[in-house]
Amino acid sequence: MGGDRALRAAVVGAGPSGFYAAEALLREGFRVDLFDALPTPFGLVRAGVAPDHPKIKAVTRVFDRTAARPGFRFLGGVEVGGEIAVEQLRERYEAVVLAVGAPDDARLGIPGEEADGSSSAGAFVAWYNGHPDAADARFALDAERAVVVGNGNVALDVARMLLLGGDRLARTDVAEHALDALAGATVREVVVLGRRGPAQAAFTTPELAELGRLDGVTVKVDAAQLALDRDSAAAVAADPDREQRIALLRGYAGRRQAGDRTIALRFLRSPTEIVTEGGRVAGVRVAVNTLERVDGGRLAIRDTGARETIDCGLVLRAVGYRGRKLPGVPFDPGRGLIPNRGGRVLDDAGRPLPGAYAAGWCKRGPSGVIGTNKQCAAETVAAIVADRDAGRLPAHAGAAADDAALDVWLSERCPHAIGWEGWTAIDAHERAAGSAAGRPRVKLVRRDRLRLAAGGAVRRDRHHATAEENGA
Amino acid sequence: MTYVIAEPCIGTKDASCTEVCPVDCIKPLRDDPDYDAVQQLHIDPEECIDCDSCVAVCPVRATWSDDRLPARWAHYAAINREFFERRGR
Repeated sequence: MGGDRALRAAVVGAGPSGFYAAEALLREGFRVDLFDALPTPFGLVRAGVAPDHPKIKAVTRVFDRTAARPGFRFLGGVEVGGEIAVEQLRERYEAVVLAVGAPDDARLGIPGEEADGSSSAGAFVAWYNGHPDAADARFALDAERAVVVGNGNVALDVARMLLLGGDRLARTDVAEHALDALAGATVREVVVLGRRGPAQAAFTTPELAELGRLDGVTVKVDAAQLALDRDSAAAVAADPDREQRIALLRGYAGRRQAGDRTIALRFLRSPTEIVTEGGRVAGVRVAVNTLERVDGGRLAIRDTGARETIDCGLVLRAVGYRGRKLPGVPFDPGRGLIPNRGGRVLDDAGRPLPGAYAAGWCKRGPSGVIGTNKQCAAETVAAIVADRDAGRLPAHAGAAADDAALDVWLSERCPHAIGWEGWTAIDAHERAAGSAAGRPRVKLVRRDRLRLAAGGAVRRDRHHATAEENGA
Repeated sequence: MTYVIAEPCIGTKDASCTEVCPVDCIKPLRDDPDYDAVQQLHIDPEECIDCDSCVAVCPVRATWSDDRLPARWAHYAAINREFFERRGR
């Protein structure tokens, strides 16, 4: 246990932020143990990115390179904050990076939200992507019209998935249970509601453009809604990307119905109530908004008092995600994230908690695209490196600094941990099943099946053994 | 489809895009030996995953999806591709 041993970092959460943090830490000479509650890695790349976006999923080849670096270990199926406490990691690793994301959905806070047929888009996404916790979910796919509340990429993803159809879905890695259910869905129209105007919509240009290329689906936009107020028009003129989105919307507004399915984009509408009949969703009551310039020149919505009702049998709210409190870690319930400064976790008094860091959505909130998390993780690791160089990382001594002792502790606390080799066995199994079915992969969605495919017991990584030799 | 870096990058080379590209397909990086010598940055069409990350961070709106690339910059698709053919990856 010499002073020259590599510092150890535990990264909690194997999504993009966790992997980017791991990569940056490895480059700085840390050894990295990457924990995930699921037996599988990649977070929202596996459980969030839409099945019909395989090219984006190719980002995992970068994470594969990280996993192949010496000093990296994956511990899948281990719940930090459950079977292992964050505090216990802080006692054993010089740096603990929380990259646990924002697993809870923001709510509308209106009557009827709990009715049968109303759900979060997050739950729907987790279900069609085969997240083990969502495998038994049910959605009212026998509805004719669905309303999606929200104007981000998630809203457009779920609208597309509802209408894609069985033939198209069968060529994706959508979860098998969802393929069956969505192929039999009777939804013909999806109304996507934005509380602000088209100039303020949060979806990205490629997602909006993609809607226009869907077979048999007409995108409907009311041309009158594209008459922008002066402030919105100025904002659009100053932003070519926004300008492109308005141009796409104008193109949709001029289109005639083709095919039997429709995505209707409706702006300046805020749900005030989910209308129910016999406990089931029957419609959404919406307030008609207008945009108004408020202090500081910002545009805000104002309720005009007018109301409309949209009949529907399914409501999915896609109005954002929220972080979840992790036991033993400070949490800001107002913002739904871990209080931090540049990635350094702050205690209740606003002081940095030694050795504790955050990256990704649990650090900055649920925004940005995959690449945003690379920059975010780089900032966090820069803080860790600065703390290391300034001697501010916790100094572990004796058994707490002994690599062999750590491995003994890990094998006692989480003997069922799935290593990287276990994941590659799962991956091979899923791809082989997919190849037989003419699909990219068939996902395993039950934890016991995933464990079986991983090889059942603990898989010891090569550098795991090396670490023990070094520590001995 | 891929993304392309067009004329506005010339003389700017802000390189914010290289910090957010999730697959490191924008080159050269600041630390690369050819960084100072190039006029602009380039996107490797073989590696790009169409994630759109590079669009929002570009201060001069130089990054474009090739299917929306303005006609006056259409030749930049070849400029990006050929950069990697010459340089290697």
